[in-house]
Amino acid sequence: MTTDHAIPAEDLAIDVRDLTVAYREKPVLWDVDLQIPDGVLMAIVGPNGAGKTTFIKSVLGLITPAAGSVLVHGKPYQKNRSQVAYVPQRGSVDWGFPTNVLDVVTMGVYGMIGWFRRPGAAQKAQAIKALAEVGMESFADRQISELSGGQQQRVFLARALVQDADIYLMDEPFQGVDATTERAIVELLRALRERGKTVVVVHHDLQTVPEYFDHVLLLNVRRIAAGPVEDVFTEENLRATYGGRVAFVSALMARKGE
Amino acid sequence: MSASIEIQIIAVLVAVACALPGVFLVLRQLAMMSDAISHAILPGIVIAFLLTEDLSSPLLILGAAAAGVATVALVELLRKTGLLKEDAAIGIVFPAFFSIGVILIARFASDVHLDVDAVLLGELAFAPFDRVVLASIDVPKATLVMASILMLNVVFVGLFFKELKLATFDSALAATLGFTPVLLHYVLMGLVSTTAVGAFDAVGSILVVALMVAPPAAAYVLTQRLASMLWMSAALGAISAVGGYWMARWLDASIAGSMASTAGLVFLLVLAFAPERGLVSRVRQQNRQRQVFARDMLLIHLYHHEGLPEAEQECRVEHLQDHLRWERDIAMMAVRTAKRAGYVQDHAGLMKLSDSGREQARHALVHI
Repeated sequence: MTTDHAIPAEDLAIDVRDLTVAYREKPVLWDVDLQIPDGVLMAIVGPNGAGKTTFIKSVLGLITPAAGSVLVHGKPYQKNRSQVAYVPQRGSVDWGFPTNVLDVVTMGVYGMIGWFRRPGAAQKAQAIKALAEVGMESFADRQISELSGGQQQRVFLARALVQDADIYLMDEPFQGVDATTERAIVELLRALRERGKTVVVVHHDLQTVPEYFDHVLLLNVRRIAAGPVEDVFTEENLRATYGGRVAFVSALMARKGE
Repeated sequence: MSASIEIQIIAVLVAVACALPGVFLVLRQLAMMSDAISHAILPGIVIAFLLTEDLSSPLLILGAAAAGVATVALVELLRKTGLLKEDAAIGIVFPAFFSIGVILIARFASDVHLDVDAVLLGELAFAPFDRVVLASIDVPKATLVMASILMLNVVFVGLFFKELKLATFDSALAATLGFTPVLLHYVLMGLVSTTAVGAFDAVGSILVVALMVAPPAAAYVLTQRLASMLWMSAALGAISAVGGYWMARWLDASIAGSMASTAGLVFLLVLAFAPERGLVSRVRQQNRQRQVFARDMLLIHLYHHEGLPEAEQECRVEHLQDHLRWERDIAMMAVRTAKRAGYVQDHAGLMKLSDSGREQARHALVHI
C-alpha cells in the first residue's frame, strides 16, 4: 500500500478520503481512501458493479456522497473545475443528436468561455487541433450519427483534450473500440503523461494493465489495493478484487510470469 | 384587420411558440412530457383563478407554470425511486393533476368559462372577440399573450442556445463544466408549461402536444443541425397553422383539430419524402446499392473466368442463376445494370467485359 499521507494535499491530483456512496441504502462505495499523485497514468479495475463509474462521478461532483470528501489539487471540485476533463462512456449520449463532429469537440471549451458567449474562430481552431491529435481532423464536418464506435470514442477524447485540463478522468475509453483506436488511445494517454498530466481510466482488460498503466486502483466497493502497478497488481490482490473467479486470474498471472 | 387574418396570426404565433421548446423535448426524448404538462397545468390555472376570481389575471399563467414544474418534479421523484420507469411515472402524475383540475372546476367554477371542452380543444374561432387596446392599437388578447410567450421562448433559446445544446446532448458534461443542467431543465419545463397555458385558449391542451412534437419531429428528419432544426420546426409549425386554418374553413370543422391534423400530415409527408433521410429516398438508396453490388459481383465473376476454357460456360446469363445461386430477377438486374454502364457486352447470351468493365472489376475487388 502506498497511501502516502506525507504528500501535502495540493500536490495530490486527487485526494479522496473516506468516500462512501450508497444508492437507496445499498453501499456502492464503502469508505474508499485514495491519493492520486500528479503525473500518473492510473487504471481503475474491478468487477461489474464494483463502483468504478460511481467513483469517477463522485470525484466530478455528479453524485453526492453519503460520507467522505474529494479534493482536486487541495480544493473541492467545484473550485477547480477547469483542471479536470471528463470522458464519459460513449454510450451515455444519443449519437442521433443533430450536430457534427467539430461542434461536439467545441463543447469542450464551453467551460472556459462561460455562460452566454458563443465559441468563435479561436475555439474552432483549438477543436480542430484536438481532432488532429486523435487522427480525426478529416471528420470535422461529419455528422456524429455516421461515426463508428471507435470514432465516437476519439471524438470524446478530442473534446476532453480541448479542455486543456491537468487531470483527465475517462470512463471505459477502450470499450468496444477497434485495434486502431485502441492504439491511438494508448499513444494519447502516454502523450498526456509526458506533458505531466494525470490520467485516471476505468479499464476492463486486466491483461493490458501492466503495459498501458503505471498505477492501478483495485476496487470492489472497497478499495482492495492502490499504488504502482508492479507493487499492487498481484495475484493475491486480484483474487481479493474478483472473488471466486480465480481461474482467469491464475491464467493472467501465468502469462505475466512468462 | 379581418377576423380571418387575426385567427391565422394567433395560430402561427401558437405554433411557432410551441415548436421552439418542442425541439428540446423531442431531442431529450421527453415528447410525452408535453402531453403530461399540458394536462397537469389545469389545477394550477383553476387554483389561481379561485384565488383571483379573474380569468384574465396573469397569475393564471404563473399558476400553470408552477403546476407544470411540479409535474416534472414529481415525475422525477417517482422515477428516482427506481421502482417505475419515466413513462409510467408520467402516466401516474398527469391524470392525477388533471382530474384534480376537473373536480375543482365542477365543484367551484362550474359557472365560468373554464369548461372541460374548452380545456381540451380550445376555441380559436372566438379569439378575435376578446380584445385589448395596447398603445391605441386594438388587438385580440390572444395575439398579445402568444406574442409575449413567443418572445420569451425566442429570448430563452437565443440566450441559452449553447447551454441548452450541451445539456441536451450530454448533461453529465454540462454538469461537470458548471452549467447546472438540472436548473436549465426546470426552466425549460417552466417554459413548456407557460407556452401550454398560453396555447390553451387557442388550441386546447391535447392539440398543444401535436404542435410541440410533430413539427420538431419532422425537422429532425430534414436536418442534422440544431440551429436549422429550430427554424425548420418554427416554419413547419407556421405552415401547419395556416394550412390547418384553411382546411378547417374548407371542411367547416374545428380550427384546432385541423391544425393538429395538418401538423401530423406535414410530418408524414416529410417522413416519406425528405431528401436524404426520408423513407422513399432510403429505399431508392438501398436499391441503388443493391444494383451496384450485384453488378460488381457479376463483373468480378466474369473477370475471374475471362480467357479461361470454361468461360464459354461460366459467362452465360442463364448460368449465373445456378452458379452464383441468384434469383433470375437479380441476375437480370445485374446484367442490365452492367450493360447500361457499358461494362459488359452481350454476344448472343455470352457476356464479355469491356475495358472499363475490367477496370471496375479490379477496383471492386480491392474496395468491396
